[in-house]
Amino acid sequence: MKRIRPFLAGLLAAVSVLTLPACHGSRGLPAFEVPEAFDETKPYELTFWAKNDTNKTQTAVYTDAIAAFEKLYPNIHVNIRLYTDYGRIYNDVITNIATATTPNVCITYPDHIATYITGQNIVAPLDDLFADPRYGFGGSALKYDGPGEDGVIGKFLDECAIGGVHYAVPFMRSTEACYVNVTMLESMGYTLPDVLTWDFVWEVSDKAAEKNAEGTYSVNGQKTMIPFIYKSTDNMMIQQLAQRGAGYSTPDGDVLLFSGDAEAVLRDAAAHTATGAFSTFKISSYPGNFLNAGQCLFAVDSTAGATWMGSHAPNSDIAPDKFVEFECAVRPVPQIDPDNPAMISQGPSVCVFNKADPGEVLASWLFAQFLLTNAVQLQYAETEGYIPVTAKAQNDPAYLDYLSRAGEDDGDHYAVKIEATELLLDNIGRTFVTPVFNGSASLRDAAGQLIENTVKSVRRKETVDDAYFTRLYDDVRSLYRLDQLGGGGAGPGGEDLGPLPKTSVALLCGIGAVWVLMGAYLLAGFIRKKRTR
Amino acid sequence: MKKLIAILMASLCLLTLAACAGGSSDAKGEGVMTYAEYAAAPLDSQVVVETYVQGKQSWWDNQATFYTQDKDGGYFIYNMPCTEEEFAKLTGGTKIKVTGYKSEWAGEVEITDAKFEIEDGSFIATATDVTDKLGTAELIDYQNRFVSFKGMTVEPYDESGAAFAYKNDVDKTDDLYFKVSKDGQTYNFCVEFYLTGADTEVYKAVEALNVGDVIDMEGFLYWYEGANPHITSVTPAK
Repeated sequence: MKRIRPFLAGLLAAVSVLTLPACHGSRGLPAFEVPEAFDETKPYELTFWAKNDTNKTQTAVYTDAIAAFEKLYPNIHVNIRLYTDYGRIYNDVITNIATATTPNVCITYPDHIATYITGQNIVAPLDDLFADPRYGFGGSALKYDGPGEDGVIGKFLDECAIGGVHYAVPFMRSTEACYVNVTMLESMGYTLPDVLTWDFVWEVSDKAAEKNAEGTYSVNGQKTMIPFIYKSTDNMMIQQLAQRGAGYSTPDGDVLLFSGDAEAVLRDAAAHTATGAFSTFKISSYPGNFLNAGQCLFAVDSTAGATWMGSHAPNSDIAPDKFVEFECAVRPVPQIDPDNPAMISQGPSVCVFNKADPGEVLASWLFAQFLLTNAVQLQYAETEGYIPVTAKAQNDPAYLDYLSRAGEDDGDHYAVKIEATELLLDNIGRTFVTPVFNGSASLRDAAGQLIENTVKSVRRKETVDDAYFTRLYDDVRSLYRLDQLGGGGAGPGGEDLGPLPKTSVALLCGIGAVWVLMGAYLLAGFIRKKRTR
Repeated sequence: MKKLIAILMASLCLLTLAACAGGSSDAKGEGVMTYAEYAAAPLDSQVVVETYVQGKQSWWDNQATFYTQDKDGGYFIYNMPCTEEEFAKLTGGTKIKVTGYKSEWAGEVEITDAKFEIEDGSFIATATDVTDKLGTAELIDYQNRFVSFKGMTVEPYDESGAAFAYKNDVDKTDDLYFKVSKDGQTYNFCVEFYLTGADTEVYKAVEALNVGDVIDMEGFLYWYEGANPHITSVTPAK
């Protein structure tokens, strides 16, 4: 088992791609234009980079979808490459942009696309394809029943627009949920509210961290107890800032993260780490493992991780004898104002990379749109607490039947999974995303790093005071090069990188000098030969 | 006089041998913890150890993860910053002084946020047979050490009846998992892709396993929610 190590990869990748516009300049691919017709006699070999959540059912959904698509379009062959984390996809795409070997279709996040499009015409803009009467949404020449016009949920589609241009379609959506051990909570004399507040979670967690005389935790009688564990601390910071009405970034990429509001979030995290009430995935391990062993009260993780949560979770990394029996409830992430909850919208999107042959791009689009058909949407959504991204799929009678059967079994109809799904379906209007721009992926990583560093420092008995936060802000800003962001806008194409560094100038001069010397040498030889003739 | 010299020489030899046996060749530098001190140190405290590289996961993004050991115990060093050139120098047996924090992730005790310096000295650990420690509370005392398991029987990994499972079965760019049993108890083992990738002998050997095969194994005693050895060799049981 290995931990996912996305943040520094993202940083490296972002730094790498910043150099792309300078390298490629205007000599990239021509802008994509929709061909008049799709040539069904020409063979196309497409590469599809996808992500699964270490969930074999998801792999099967992809391979089934490819088989069904190839049956409809026998001249298109799709090769899949599977990843288990987005950071690696991002890293590999960046590497392959440099060598012009990007995949055709790729599961990704808009934050990442914002970096990809800093190269010229790397990613195909999709608006013309959406509207194309033959191959667009509801297109007359499609060989499958696509999502139709206005079929993709507008809010999710909007999340795929950068600078007013759509560079992706949503594939699945999830949010974060707080999975609660209700049995333990009630044993402590508390009643679970419909919407958790941060104050409630901290209060109960502090109490659950109390030990009895013999050194075990009173709440579970075990030697291990971490009452509140957060999987994605970037989301923890981002959602709290949104709930507080505080800034995070502007759409143009001005960073607002390093504020007093963020410091308040960090001080809370620090105080409750000190009591033993709080930890994170990166520091301790998966929240679900602790929850299922009766060692955690509040486990915050994606709704797309719901099959790993609860006494009867169909997926698990802990030994069967470590499970404890408890009632598991699914709630929105803790809120500042329970009357106005705010939660993140997340989940995979699909982008299409531009190629020299517009027919290849059209073939890619046909496959990307096929992923939005009801069969694929329902199959994939039901693997986890994802929701389909089209109204057509959400209203499909088969899907409604699936939702109505929550708890019938601990497999397809696992109650916690369907409750997590319902959580998002009921709160789509309360979800939000953060602005997308070149560097927004790094900013997201920085948001999480602030919490991770603070928690680590408290555990290591370092002094966490005003001076600490000043230093922390400087360190994280510098680590993610956030000082270089801002004001760049979100549009594609090259950006002004400023004057070349002196070393680069010296190198270029050196190369020039070598060329001059080589030329002089050849010329001298030519003259000598001419004289001897 | 000759007798006296002979006695003195013999005493000197004995003293030398005793010193070697006592581990003076692995004497710790100033401010460096012995393994016992490291084991006793609380989690999240700063630790300083001198240890020897035994295995390393692939270098990535100016960081690497190392399986290290001295003569008394194992130290897993997670995501330690090092350049690619430094990584190349850290071959098996290389002595390093590591300063970092003792941490625990899913039961694995490790050193994180570490920095290192290369020192003079070399040591390659031989595998300690811990077969009879499987399923006992004693096994954790060998955590992170290079160990061996003898005469283990390959069990079906899941309901499909396969002898192993790919974490990524489409393009095989991730870990392999398999289960083996001894005396009626079944244990989880792993081929860690970053340590031993698809082109290594051990990866291919596990891909060739059949349920019921009886095998000997060597590897590093990693922990993930219980013992989860990262296997480096698989051979038919002797």
